Amino acid sequence: MTSAGQLRHATIVQGMNRMPGLLKLGSFLALLFLPALAMAAGGAEIQAMSVEYRDVPGIGSRNLVWVVAQQHLLLAGFVLGVPIFAWICELVGWKTKEQRYDKLAKEFTKLLTSAYATTALFGGILLFLLIGLYPKLMAYLTDMFFPSFLVYCLLFLLETATLYMYWYGWDYMQGNKKTFHLFLGFLLNLFALGIMIVPNSWATFQASPVVVGEGDAWARAWMAMKNPTWWPVNIHRLIANVVLGGFIVGAYAGVRYLLAVSREEREHYDWMGYVGNFIGVFGMLPLPFAGYWLMREVYQYNQQMGITLMGGFLAWLFILQAMLIGVLFLGANYYFWLGITHRIPGSEGQYKKPVMGMLIVLLLCLGVWMTPHSLVASLAEAQKMGGTHHPLLGVFGVMSAKMTVSNIMILVTFMSFIMYWRAGKQETAGWAKAAKAIMGALLVIAGIAVVVLGVWGYFVPAIIRINYFSVAQVLIVLFIMVTFTPLTALLMKSAKTTTEMVWGKMPIRAGYSLVLNAVMVILLMSLMGYARSSSRVHWHIYGVMRDTSEYAYSPALGYAAAFMSLNTFVFCLIVAFIFWVATLGDKAKAQPPKGSPVDIPSHTAPAMAGGAPSSGEKLE
Amino acid sequence: MKGPIISGAIILAGMFIFLKFLLPLVTAPLPASLIYLYLALVLSGILIYGTMSASSLEAMMGPVFRFLSGKGQTGASQMARLAVLVMFPLLVGWQTYSRLVPSDLPPAENRTIHPAPPGEFVGLANPYPKTPENIMMGKGLYAAYCSPCHGANYDGKGPAAPGFNPPPANFSDPGTIAQLQEAYLFWRIKKGGVGLPVEGMPWKSAMPRWEEELPEEFIWKIIMGEYDGAHQTPRTWEEEE
Repeated sequence: MTSAGQLRHATIVQGMNRMPGLLKLGSFLALLFLPALAMAAGGAEIQAMSVEYRDVPGIGSRNLVWVVAQQHLLLAGFVLGVPIFAWICELVGWKTKEQRYDKLAKEFTKLLTSAYATTALFGGILLFLLIGLYPKLMAYLTDMFFPSFLVYCLLFLLETATLYMYWYGWDYMQGNKKTFHLFLGFLLNLFALGIMIVPNSWATFQASPVVVGEGDAWARAWMAMKNPTWWPVNIHRLIANVVLGGFIVGAYAGVRYLLAVSREEREHYDWMGYVGNFIGVFGMLPLPFAGYWLMREVYQYNQQMGITLMGGFLAWLFILQAMLIGVLFLGANYYFWLGITHRIPGSEGQYKKPVMGMLIVLLLCLGVWMTPHSLVASLAEAQKMGGTHHPLLGVFGVMSAKMTVSNIMILVTFMSFIMYWRAGKQETAGWAKAAKAIMGALLVIAGIAVVVLGVWGYFVPAIIRINYFSVAQVLIVLFIMVTFTPLTALLMKSAKTTTEMVWGKMPIRAGYSLVLNAVMVILLMSLMGYARSSSRVHWHIYGVMRDTSEYAYSPALGYAAAFMSLNTFVFCLIVAFIFWVATLGDKAKAQPPKGSPVDIPSHTAPAMAGGAPSSGEKLE
Repeated sequence: MKGPIISGAIILAGMFIFLKFLLPLVTAPLPASLIYLYLALVLSGILIYGTMSASSLEAMMGPVFRFLSGKGQTGASQMARLAVLVMFPLLVGWQTYSRLVPSDLPPAENRTIHPAPPGEFVGLANPYPKTPENIMMGKGLYAAYCSPCHGANYDGKGPAAPGFNPPPANFSDPGTIAQLQEAYLFWRIKKGGVGLPVEGMPWKSAMPRWEEELPEEFIWKIIMGEYDGAHQTPRTWEEEE
């Protein structure tokens, strides 16, 4: 072992003495292999001194890492998002005693084993590529974060063991043991959260490094982890993973719905599509707030980086983002509206006007959100306009307008869901009329308040807008959500069903809209992942370690967009493969004879939509 | 063909007329990119609403499918169908040709208005206190050096402005200096158009490199006067200045 390696070994042993017991155990296991690691590190140091970069002929090192890293991240989002989805479904099934939620949760947990292995595979490839292609950078990051690598390994061990117990113990842990199974599901998500936030600290350190003071290896790693964008990215990714999980489940259900041949299959996958879309939308609503917080931290950390992202050459990515989010909002609402029209017979005429109103508001908001600050214009057009900044519509290009319309779009989408929930039911509570009047008034007041704050935001200093007005807008929308949801649930508890909800009657375009939503989310994650990574420009670690390779330039937007599309396509192929592999066993099983009892009666509405479960669905 | 498809076409045509011809009566004309964007939104709205139910889908698309299928058509309607089937590919071909044919006009620009400043200008604070004297001095300097282009009213309409394309920035617009920190303006004034980074190419800025003419003190005071005169406040992270 080299003296540097010995020193590192001693430092880590010293640091371990201050660790909690569980971490100690994991670190001890890792430490058994440390001499070998340290020797390898010593060798790597010598190598790193002579080789800073290696290249891959043809595709180039950066492009290869770009594709592999993006696949790993998207798969990681999938394997971290699906357990959240599965656990929520299992919890709902346990609370409502509706077995189909439990079955749905199990169906998706089954995917995790193969998806988990694929994610780890891409993670391993990425690691080897990074060590081989960027030795200098990796040596620096290893030196800074090595103790967190051990924690990461420990979390992986715990996650894997929990996943095995969660999946293989599903049937065994029913009845009285169900609560323990739910606890395992909770642990699974807790460890998954840890697996996400530890490497997030490495990536966010690259974007927003902090001064790391004196201390042992653990203290230094912790100082580096606590960088300004760590928690904003953690929260943003956590919510985005829920959205990804929900919409991928929705897309899977959409495809299966399109392929369904029997009534039972159509009913099942229609319902599954509904649940996937619901969870995707549920996660999507707070996502813009988390994104706003992240950008605020970026600006506060470094004005230069903030301007590069929001006003500089990456600003166009945010216009693309607006377009993709716009399609996602339209797609999610369209699916809700199709549900009202097709699952609740006779409701078409009743909801025509509200749907049109919501659609117009959504389109107006999208129009504002998509309007760039500086417009794409020819020389002649710019001359007529007096520059690329339009004197009237240019006001839509700034954050005050964007924040306002995004909040209104969230409100509209939330109201779409409330409308869907209430469709086909008649409130019977004596206070229903008053409650509906109060809700209507609150909604109008909230809408007006959001717009007034948005317009007012143009006339106050930016800091007032950022610190107070934008926060107030978010709080107003959240207030509507947290008051309307329980109030509607209470109203629906005593409501009588006037029109039964019918599953399996959705048109084929509903299946396509579910697939579209999933593709939009994947594209969005690829796009914004690129934006976050590109904001470092020609730095591996912003302001600390400069990129001196031949790839120290930002690619043209069209080139980057092509790679994002490629990544989206490849990821869709991988997910389709995982689904195909996971359902191979099902196909081998004999099909139940036609007319045999099914789990989902066609007249039953989901509990999330306020429907009452039938007695046939009760768990024993 | 009647019903939703005609209504949709009328809405689309109405929106086009509004954006292309009516809106320019009250403000500057919109670039084609924005008109296409808004029309695409309107079209998607029409399609979403028209495909909401089986009956609305049939009402909107049924006549189109029947017309294009040609079943039972004779005479004029058959000729109309043939004309559409011939004209549509020709229209697409013409559009493609007109987009690809070499032109003497420069391509449309997606210009970056606010490229990131160099590191040495990030986080600089105005070292001069915001006193009435300093603001007055800044306004005086602005009148002497900046107003010929940026205008005495800070609206980008100085006497020299018509000579520039793109025109000088309008500081009274809340989308310009109100979105920026003082350090950013200091960089732009000091280094001028020639000091802009490559990230926002192609750059077209006639802004002089004022560091050749003015001491830093003058530049900071001009910034102060500029914000005060345009009734804007610089972007800060502190609520009190």
